[in-house]
Amino acid sequence: MGLFDKFKNGLFKTAQQLTSGLETVLKGGPAISRQALEALEETLVRADMGAPTARAIIHEVEESAKKDTTHKVHLANHLRKAILGKLESVQTPFALPKPGIILLVGVNGAGKTTTTGKLAARFAGEGRKVLLAAGDTFRAAAEEQLTEWAQRAKVEFIRGAHGAAPSAVVFDALQSGLAHGADCLLVDTAGRLHNRSNLMEELRKIVRVAEKAAPGVHQEKWLVLDANTGQNAMNQAREFNKEVGLTGLVLTKIDGTAKGGIVVALAGELGLPVRFLGVGEQMDDLVPFDPGLFVEALVPVEAEHSS
Amino acid sequence: MFENLTDRIQKVFKNLRGQGKITEANIEETLKEVRLALLEADVNVETTKLFLEKIKVKALGKEVALSLSPGQVMIKIVHEELIQLLTPKDKTANKLKFAPAPPTLILLAGLQGTGKTTTAAKLAAWLKKDGRKPGLVAADLVRPAAIEQLATLGKEIGVPVFRPENGEKALDVCTRAVKTALQNDCNILILDTAGRLQIDEEMMNEIAEIQKKLKPTNIMLVVDAMTGQNAVQVAQAFHARLPLTGLVLTKADGDARGGAIFSITSVTGVPIQFVGVSEKMDGLEAFYPDRMASRILGMGDMLTLIEKAEEVARQSEMTKKLSKPSDFNLDHMLEQIQQLTKMGSMEDIISMLPGDHAQKKQMMAQAPDAKRIKRMEAILLSMTKKERQFPQLLDGSRRRRISQGSGTRPDEVNTLLKQYDMMKKVMKKGGMMQKASNLMGGMGKGGFPPMGGGMPGGFPGGPGNFPGLPGR
Ligand SMILES: Nc1nc2c(ncn2[C@@H]2O[C@H](COP(=O)(O)OP(=O)(O)O)[C@@H](O)[C@H]2O)c(=O)[nH]1
Ligand SMILES: Nc1nc2c(ncn2[C@@H]2O[C@H](COP(=O)(O)OP(=O)(O)O)[C@@H](O)[C@H]2O)c(=O)[nH]1
Ligand SMILES: [Mg+2]
Ligand SMILES: [Mg+2]
Repeated sequence: MGLFDKFKNGLFKTAQQLTSGLETVLKGGPAISRQALEALEETLVRADMGAPTARAIIHEVEESAKKDTTHKVHLANHLRKAILGKLESVQTPFALPKPGIILLVGVNGAGKTTTTGKLAARFAGEGRKVLLAAGDTFRAAAEEQLTEWAQRAKVEFIRGAHGAAPSAVVFDALQSGLAHGADCLLVDTAGRLHNRSNLMEELRKIVRVAEKAAPGVHQEKWLVLDANTGQNAMNQAREFNKEVGLTGLVLTKIDGTAKGGIVVALAGELGLPVRFLGVGEQMDDLVPFDPGLFVEALVPVEAEHSS
Repeated sequence: MFENLTDRIQKVFKNLRGQGKITEANIEETLKEVRLALLEADVNVETTKLFLEKIKVKALGKEVALSLSPGQVMIKIVHEELIQLLTPKDKTANKLKFAPAPPTLILLAGLQGTGKTTTAAKLAAWLKKDGRKPGLVAADLVRPAAIEQLATLGKEIGVPVFRPENGEKALDVCTRAVKTALQNDCNILILDTAGRLQIDEEMMNEIAEIQKKLKPTNIMLVVDAMTGQNAVQVAQAFHARLPLTGLVLTKADGDARGGAIFSITSVTGVPIQFVGVSEKMDGLEAFYPDRMASRILGMGDMLTLIEKAEEVARQSEMTKKLSKPSDFNLDHMLEQIQQLTKMGSMEDIISMLPGDHAQKKQMMAQAPDAKRIKRMEAILLSMTKKERQFPQLLDGSRRRRISQGSGTRPDEVNTLLKQYDMMKKVMKKGGMMQKASNLMGGMGKGGFPPMGGGMPGGFPGGPGNFPGLPGR
């Protein structure tokens, strides 16, 4: 199964829901009924987009459909366009400079370590000299988990003592990594809930120390988000962004039935682009985010023909 | 921060004061707000619909007691219904069950990263403390270092860990653990399994096989408190393959409302048994429906506060007499201050309000301290009844007398009178809703003027939420 298929499969359920929503609308005839639009809005809420975002999008769809003078109004097109617009407006192109640092942050169990491992393999595959830094010194066997990923991806790996100050480990890792010519430095961090001020302070310290260890080196700070996350993702992104200034998102576990609709809301509120999608537990289960494909999987072409 | 339900409902009822009954017409808007609050809390769309229908039936025709606003009545109905739905019919449903012949098995299942391994170890620690003899079984062969993780935790809490040997599969290691449990001095085994997607046939077969062969007495689905709309679909699929006996809600130390677990329990009927509240081994708690209900509605212990306020209001005669804002005099102010003290210390009150740590710290900083309230009370008590009823009588010489009589500085008396004027003005023009927060602002350290400089919108969950004040 190709990666896109995997990802699309996962989103299939959403697709079906949206399709049935669209059908209701289309059967409603040229005058778009309120009830049908509400049903459509509900399907967006089911995709975890959140009620306010869903409402805004439906409003947009309604407006643009009203102006649509074609004989048969393809609401699917309007819906796709509205969602795509939100995502594309923040989706700047991405290339990690050489050298460059990516710091993976997020709440517990989101998929940070796994994503770090997958990214290592990906960048190594592009011929980059990758270093993994084990910034999680807290969770039981966190370092062992990352060690295994380093071995799988065949990349360098630096860890400290379990329980050591993560900022110290990150400092050492970055400094020695750069000295040894690493040009892609990936920093795994411990999971932390955004409402824990001491842990957020720890993260700020990691960022500060990283800037000291690698002055002038480009630093990406990505929030790793589990696609299963509901409206709390909003708080997560706001807080992490406030504390360390996020530069992007990674949406994991999109191979399941979760839709990850919250990224649409996040694009709107915080202007955060999605960089990668996690589509499984294996090393190559990582795909660059493509808003067009994402929306296509969300609102499939079939929806039009069903009218 | 999301608006909590109290904010939302108060907003709607702002224009409905004086309507003594909840009717079809005045409930519509409220139900919309309840809907939004539930969706924000990640309660499933379908569950929300059913819930709203129930609420509507309960609320229609309800008389609104004098001391309460219709908004408060609605909040109570919503809260109580939620508690009822979260409370299992069978009183023992939320307890672990023990097999007639040991070892008792506890099988943990769930999506990836929800907290199964951590919960397994926490449960073991809990059982050990309870005087039982737990053992942990590492049956996750998928996630890198998952076995190592459980082994580390087992060592930390002093509980034996059964790990797969020479190519054993998940079922093999579980089976061997069951066979050798007693000789290893274990009478309860907790089976930690790999995270799996409910649509992954192969992995679902693996765990279904374990269930079929070993028939665990307890089968628990571990659910992350941050889960969104997907939760019900996941839980139903797991329940279809494994007869779940309980739910564990993890990461409840975060600020997620956790509405997904409500959807799961109401759709599947599986009771919530435990709540994970930290990454540490002692971070496991029993489940309490009322706390969960308040959490979902984003109200902290607001309900406790409403109840206290109700109580205070019932005792208060004067509150009812105050029918026009313009009647507001210093006697009423005195009464408010006394009510406030009856409700407990500001610290207690603030700790019961919703809001995060930083917000609460800010509230504390701005709230009038106990000493200050005492001094205000002393000033008011040094006035004659007549002076309190007709504040315009308070000329310079009377003020001096009051200051001396109460042992306060003259400027403190003046400040209090200014605050009174301000409160009265606010009551006349601002709706009732604004009174409370403005009053609080007026009494805060920021002092005069209350508006803008006083309590920000974040105070007590927004304007109008501070109960126990006149007119409520
Ligand atoms: N199905 C699936 N599982 C994933 C994905 N990414 C991570 N996981 C799993 O999620 C769990 C937690 O991942 P981990 O990287 O340890 O999370 P961390 O705590 O944020 O470092 C592990 O069981 C991973 O295998 C993904 O894209 N799809
Ligand atoms: N804050 C907090 N973190 C938790 C809780 N339960 C688990 N975790 C964390 O969530 C992450 C994933 O937990 P783990 O037990 O490995 O999940 P599993 O993949 O389901 O076995 C780890 O970082 C745990 O420390 C909890 O109740 N509170
Ligand atoms: Mg990790
Ligand atoms: Mg595990």
